Amino acid sequence: MNDILLKVTDLHAKVEEKEILRGVNLEIRPGEVHAIMGPNGSGKSTLSSVLAGNPAFTVTGGSATFHGLDLLSLSPEDRSHEGLFLSFQYPVEIPGVSMVNFMRAAVNAKRKYFNEEPLSAGDFLKLMRQKRAIVELDNKLASRSVNEGFSGGEKKRNEIFQMAVLEPRLSILDETDSGLDIDALRIVAGGVNQLKTSQNATIVITHYQRLLDYIKPDFVHVLYKGRIVRTGGPELALELEEKGYDWIKEENR
Amino acid sequence: MSNAIDQYLDLYHDHREAIDAHSAGALNAMRVLAADALEHAWRLPEHGEEGYEKTSLNDMFAPDFGVNINRVNMPVDVGASFRCGVPNLSTLLAVVVNDRFVPTSTLLKNLPAGLTVCSLADAAREMPSLVEKYYGKAADMSDASVALNTMLVQDGVFIHVARGTRLEKTVQIVDIFHSATPLLAPRRVLVVAEEDSHISILKCDHTQGEDATCLSSEVVEIFAARGARVEWYDIEESNASTSRRGQLFARQDEGSELHIFGATLTNGTTRNDFHIDVTGENASTRLSAMAIGSDRQHIDNSSVIRHAADRGRSNQLLKYVLDDNATGAFEGSIEVCHGSRFVEAYQSNRNILASPGARMHTKPQLLIYNDDVKCSHGATTGQLDNNALFYMRTRGIPEEEARRMLMQAFMVDVIDTISMEPLRDRLRHMVDRRFSGGKAGCAECGSACSD
Repeated sequence: MNDILLKVTDLHAKVEEKEILRGVNLEIRPGEVHAIMGPNGSGKSTLSSVLAGNPAFTVTGGSATFHGLDLLSLSPEDRSHEGLFLSFQYPVEIPGVSMVNFMRAAVNAKRKYFNEEPLSAGDFLKLMRQKRAIVELDNKLASRSVNEGFSGGEKKRNEIFQMAVLEPRLSILDETDSGLDIDALRIVAGGVNQLKTSQNATIVITHYQRLLDYIKPDFVHVLYKGRIVRTGGPELALELEEKGYDWIKEENR
Repeated sequence: MSNAIDQYLDLYHDHREAIDAHSAGALNAMRVLAADALEHAWRLPEHGEEGYEKTSLNDMFAPDFGVNINRVNMPVDVGASFRCGVPNLSTLLAVVVNDRFVPTSTLLKNLPAGLTVCSLADAAREMPSLVEKYYGKAADMSDASVALNTMLVQDGVFIHVARGTRLEKTVQIVDIFHSATPLLAPRRVLVVAEEDSHISILKCDHTQGEDATCLSSEVVEIFAARGARVEWYDIEESNASTSRRGQLFARQDEGSELHIFGATLTNGTTRNDFHIDVTGENASTRLSAMAIGSDRQHIDNSSVIRHAADRGRSNQLLKYVLDDNATGAFEGSIEVCHGSRFVEAYQSNRNILASPGARMHTKPQLLIYNDDVKCSHGATTGQLDNNALFYMRTRGIPEEEARRMLMQAFMVDVIDTISMEPLRDRLRHMVDRRFSGGKAGCAECGSACSD
């Protein structure tokens, strides 16, 4: 398939008067895995926030087209319905909202968007059970408040579980490896790989090569000072692992 | 500003005989003292005065309200409008229409041994010594609104639980406003729980129709004897033209447990006072209250828990969610008297302002006249968590629904203080519906105040 799933052109964005993204260009096709790497403060998390529609960021220029739609004009919830998923670096704790109610609201909002009836209680529970298995998420977490009291590993597995339920066309995994031990990392990466099809795509945002041993990228981009300054194959990640980011910084002084 | 008390004093002097004739015993005896106190009371407190920073009682009582002196019977179809749907909660139902006690047939048939639920005026006639012993003994007559209520009240609800009686069924009082003209209803409840008795009471306030302005002046007195357990749940679902001046006075003896729960779901202007006097050792007290305000609703709660004995434990949790141009106020204090040792008392007030137009005023206080106590208080006022809101929206939950879920979630810990599970579930549902913008009110709730 040669269709373009996401096309980002000259994207500029700021937060509180500080320009963070300064002309990002990116093209993603179905079936592809893209890694975005870069030193701290280069704009990686801002890029994922802007694509997901975080109102704290202001887009000051450029465009993003998501399977033909003007992504930047959609509300965060409509971006989700249209198939965009962001796995948070720091999943938010929501005391008082149970996982079950949270997921039911999410699933049924999407169904409503596509003019479908809400899922029956039985079908919903079946769906939850089935998707939980993908990341070995404990059933007891279902009755707890969203992310409240979850361990670091449980929070990240919970993100991938939500991704499995919502079946996005494009998933952005923001530092999904941070705070994970090696076993949790294997489970999370295993979940992501299971969900991969020729129809969907993944953006993996990471500092380290480590996660890319488990989730193999087709393309590796280096984001620095709000721009993608270098793009290569998986070997670029290995080169960065070996040489660090200093040479990138040198080149882009 | 004119003195709102004057019109009620005139009314009293003009109709004194009729009022006395419709009432009885202790109510009439106390009425004389109340009128006297009121003659000497300067006036009702106004906006900005200490303790009434945000609510003027003078303004509340100033309109030209009528009082149903001659006991004109307002026909209300209780069965049709108020089929309460608290599932699995079968209650003993009493209805108060304006200020008139209306027993239901099932209440009369099903009263368990050891429980009395009846008209307060009837009780004053039939059990004069019992009523005299308690009526007006906890309420503070030096308070002008207590005196006003006591001067005008003709009837009320009397609830008595005999020693050792542990009731499984909840007693439910449904207060209904129904009037074609502006009306002040002086309401009164007297609860006496004798030693080692258990009782739970659910009271809900409603206004039928949208036409007339109504003012509820209510005084509730609760006496929990040694080892008694009393749960008092009070839910207000009235409307924008209804004002409420509610005052609850409780006295707790040794080892008693008291849970006071208040919820204001819809209203016009409300000022509630909770005065709890812990006079016996080793008593525990819980005060939980929630207020949900939108449009121009005004909700003001004030609490005083006074520990006058050793080893008392009290816990106050009050939460507000205010939207649109709603305003809220809370003033609360914990008082630990001289010589009351080993008291543990906590107070927490947390509020969410969901819109730029909403306002909250809070003033938590501690008055501690003793060492060897553990006390704390805290108050926070903030907004909905934007990170949580964004997180939910990225999962496809529409902003309005996400806001509603967060507001509902904010109230969960207050609702969870309710020990009766069916009521807890029901209130959760009512709060959800309230946040969904659904019109609150019994009629819509299909709520079986199950009879």
